[in-house]
Amino acid sequence: MSETKLQPLAELQQIENADYRPGKIFIATLKRELQLALRRRSDLVNPLIFFLMVATLFPLGVSPEPTILATLAPGVVWVAALLSTLLAMDSMFRSDYEDGSLEQILLSPQPLFVVVLGKVLAHWMMTGLPLTLMAPLIAVMLFLPAEGMSGLMLSLLIGTPTLSLVGAIGAALTVGLRKGGVLISLLVLPLYIPVLIFGTAAVEAAVTSLPLAGHLALLGALLALGIALAPIAIAAALRISVSG
Amino acid sequence: MPRWFYQLASPRWCYQITGKLLPGFAIASILLIVIGTVWGLAFAPPDYQQGNSFRIIYLHVPAAYMAQSIYMTMALAGAIGLIWKMKVADMVAKSCAPIGASLAVLALATGAIWGKPTWGSWWVWDARLTSMLILLFLYLGIIALNSAIESESTAAQSTAVLALVGLVNIPIIKYSVDWWNTLHQPATFKITAKPAMPPDMWIPLLILVIGFYCFFAVTLMMRLRNEIIRRERRASWVRELLMQQRG
Repeated sequence: MSETKLQPLAELQQIENADYRPGKIFIATLKRELQLALRRRSDLVNPLIFFLMVATLFPLGVSPEPTILATLAPGVVWVAALLSTLLAMDSMFRSDYEDGSLEQILLSPQPLFVVVLGKVLAHWMMTGLPLTLMAPLIAVMLFLPAEGMSGLMLSLLIGTPTLSLVGAIGAALTVGLRKGGVLISLLVLPLYIPVLIFGTAAVEAAVTSLPLAGHLALLGALLALGIALAPIAIAAALRISVSG
Repeated sequence: MPRWFYQLASPRWCYQITGKLLPGFAIASILLIVIGTVWGLAFAPPDYQQGNSFRIIYLHVPAAYMAQSIYMTMALAGAIGLIWKMKVADMVAKSCAPIGASLAVLALATGAIWGKPTWGSWWVWDARLTSMLILLFLYLGIIALNSAIESESTAAQSTAVLALVGLVNIPIIKYSVDWWNTLHQPATFKITAKPAMPPDMWIPLLILVIGFYCFFAVTLMMRLRNEIIRRERRASWVRELLMQQRG
């Protein structure tokens, strides 16, 4: 196990041995993950650069015409965001699996549900949240009308956590495989489609000044479903992958 | 738990019982599919709006039903395999995926062929069609995951988890025609109401649906038997069986 990772894990284990409160485990996991992520800054920045580059391809590939780009913008921003979260997904459990800390986490007496939820939240704070904050820049590049901006930000804010939750299932299923990258996309993309549909629908509603609460409520419902059920699937998948 | 449930867990018993059931289901599926097809294509009255082009319903609807039923069978078998660690259930789940994927392709292809004369285009991005396409993608993902993992038991458990996660799509397909205003027509059969078609049209369809179920049972049992023999090739009963067939 590399030294940089040892200290945060030790902190986590200390709490695990002394205390069984799920809230504390959650905070400890979150702290550990954020600490680790901040030590590898390039992993943080890469998905954002990818996000920017994918969005740049569309004006060059389709047409630089503002009217055409404005109609495409909601979908392009959402698809680019979706692909960049997918890009960061493979690393979610990979390094923990390779150096054995994942095994230690699975062996600990703590509910895996809480640990997994903490990991997913940390992952979202490192990908989904920066993507949401960067989206207006890309929206301006693609001539999205200013009325659509609130819908875009809100839909990304509610939608991207669901992407992280669902993607983590794929990451957990493929963590034991040497080449999980392409496979994750095959497993996860079909499950991303509902989020994409309601997300872009919310942006389009905002652009045409229609009420967007309904679309956001559906995104919220997907998120609630994801928070309640996805960690169970992630935990089960991790146990299978590590024991296999 | 009843006794037959435990007996099902034995690959040997399962191999023997499917061997006995197979001919009956094979005959039933051939008879039902032939009767249904001939009745539906040659004798059923043409539709008052769509003329003869509606006759593709006799292939399209059974295939679409099967693609969904097979997914549920696969998820159920996967869940049984996860919960009771039953090897035969894992094999059933594994055998279901390719059958379901090919029937999903058939449903989408016949739908496209039917869409051209009635809607004027091969494909529309309508809720029913899209959710059916997602179902096909889920099947393909499950097959890909299963073939990527080398250990048989890990592969079976991982695909079972994925199949259970993908189960959320099934109600979306089922109710997409009721929830959204779509081009696709609503369900042909409902348990609570009489079909909107004359009996001469829906009876052959019903025969074909049952025939397709039998066909699924036949292909599933054939694949399952292959899988049992392949995995149990080191067991003594399989060796004896092979010796008998050779000698």
